[in-house]
Amino acid sequence: MRPAGRDAEGRVPATPSIEELRTIAREIRRLVLTSVHHAGAGHLGGPLSAADMLAALYFHFLRLDPARPDWPDRDHFILSKGHSAIGLYATLALRGYVPVDELRTFDAIGSRLQGHPDMTATPGVDMSTGSLGQGLSPGVGMAIGAKLKGASFRTWVMLGDGEMQEGQVWEALEVAARYRLDNLIAVIDHNRLPQYTWPDFGQRGREFPVQNLAGKCAAFGWRVLACDGHDMDAIVRTFDGATRPDGRPTAVIAHTVKGKGVSFMEGAFAWHAKPLDDEALTRALEEIDAQTGLSAPPAGASR
Amino acid sequence: MTVPTMIAQREVFGRTLVELADADPRLLVLDGDLANSTKADIFAEAHPDRFLAMGIAEQNMAGVAAGLATLGFVPWISTFAAFAVKRDLDQVRVVIAQPSLNVKIAGAYSGLLTGFTGKTHQSVEDIAVMRAMPNMVVLAPADGPETHAAMVAAHAHGGPVYLRLARDPSPRIFDDGLAFVIGRGIVLREGRDIAIISTGVHTARAAEACDLLAADGLRPYHLHLPTIKPLDEDAVVRAAERTGAVLVTEEHTVIGGLGGAVAEALGQRRPTLLRLHGIRDVFGESGPNDAILAKYGLTPRHIAEEARLLLGQPRP
Repeated sequence: MRPAGRDAEGRVPATPSIEELRTIAREIRRLVLTSVHHAGAGHLGGPLSAADMLAALYFHFLRLDPARPDWPDRDHFILSKGHSAIGLYATLALRGYVPVDELRTFDAIGSRLQGHPDMTATPGVDMSTGSLGQGLSPGVGMAIGAKLKGASFRTWVMLGDGEMQEGQVWEALEVAARYRLDNLIAVIDHNRLPQYTWPDFGQRGREFPVQNLAGKCAAFGWRVLACDGHDMDAIVRTFDGATRPDGRPTAVIAHTVKGKGVSFMEGAFAWHAKPLDDEALTRALEEIDAQTGLSAPPAGASR
Repeated sequence: MTVPTMIAQREVFGRTLVELADADPRLLVLDGDLANSTKADIFAEAHPDRFLAMGIAEQNMAGVAAGLATLGFVPWISTFAAFAVKRDLDQVRVVIAQPSLNVKIAGAYSGLLTGFTGKTHQSVEDIAVMRAMPNMVVLAPADGPETHAAMVAAHAHGGPVYLRLARDPSPRIFDDGLAFVIGRGIVLREGRDIAIISTGVHTARAAEACDLLAADGLRPYHLHLPTIKPLDEDAVVRAAERTGAVLVTEEHTVIGGLGGAVAEALGQRRPTLLRLHGIRDVFGESGPNDAILAKYGLTPRHIAEEARLLLGQPRP
């Protein structure tokens, strides 16, 4: 892990241990579940697959100051897979951007916590997203802008593998490589399950919305790293590598399980977005609380 | 009649970008691989470090502009109106208009006169589309000097602006150095018989139509609206009150453009005898400018004829 105090002014608290990051990820999952239960609606599969990486980013990697969400030199983060908004809100709440209690307003009329991220509403949200495939391009703009300004901040964009089907993502990948944006990191949450998926075309299975993500990103001129997106050790090691510039933008392909942490949601299409009743919430929270870590490799992660 | 000076808006566009950038280091230009057509190349030569080639990829270009705007830059997106508005419409909606970011979208080659390129490159519905977008300001200056003034105002405006520009030289109407206030219309001619309301370079044709009507002894009132949104409703109502009959004419579909905006305002504030003239819910085709204007009924003679038809209608 990188040393603590990355910011000279000490804005980032002492770097948590791997075990502490695992605890934070579990807490993010708890808040995702209780918030969606309270709202009576919301996405579950995607926020749960992203929780470990959100914990690592917001509690270890991102240079930021919750008291100053608009601090110009902060690392920027865009949740391109905007339907995982509640995962981001839970993380922002734990990090101190909004009160944890405010998560109970998720998706309510007048709330700062909209169904999809709104940069005009929520402190700490750097770009509005929700229409899939759009988040990487503003990240390219932020990375180009940082270079024009001579600023040292990095821009991280988290994409879902489903939205890699959108052509705009590949436009952005091409332009990012052309501008040699080594201050831009795309984390692809490769949980392999979009909302309804493709029919089974034989060798192209029902899973994997986009085949050979690693090869395609590399062909577009990106450095490609991969990790188990639920193994905190691996996440920290891989993200650390991603922050060491080599002249190219970096894609981290994080192999994940949709609905990770709740057995009956894992890999289940039905839990992409679904109201959570009292009984399901109780069972889910019991499972989360029983976990001391989420280091088991996801099923089928072969790379 | 004296022959008016002809000025191409795109030339003014390129030069004004340079002038604005000289005064404001926040200005950047993003080009969709059309800089030598849009004349953003004038800027590229003057400020190569602030000219960002984005290739033929408008969706990404809109998103990159949004990201830059969050850092305090003022990005100007430059491509053809047909692509600037529709090829990246959802991107404009989600990352520019919804967060109301300070991005300027310059749509070159608007309307039907796009240089022998036809239906794909013509833009007959851009005003309607952009006008429906919350937070978006929609401008369509009439000539070179007004293009310069509108760009100064657009750059000073702190939110998204769509600027509708034409390809070919058009008659000068205004003097250099005119003031441009977003949301304010300009009365070009006082009269009491009929009000003609127009926007963009088509205003020159409407002015010529007024001359034709005046030669017949009529007294047309001519209101030019270089801002379609926010609409100068008071000016529209005044034109209606003064004349009792309003003809809106535009190089744009008759659905949802300037005519739609005027109809919405008058319908709610002062119901008035009204006729909407423009492209009649069809796409265009390629051809010489004169032939296109003649076929699609957009010449001064056509506008004058529409005015006479309106005047022949019984007043309610």
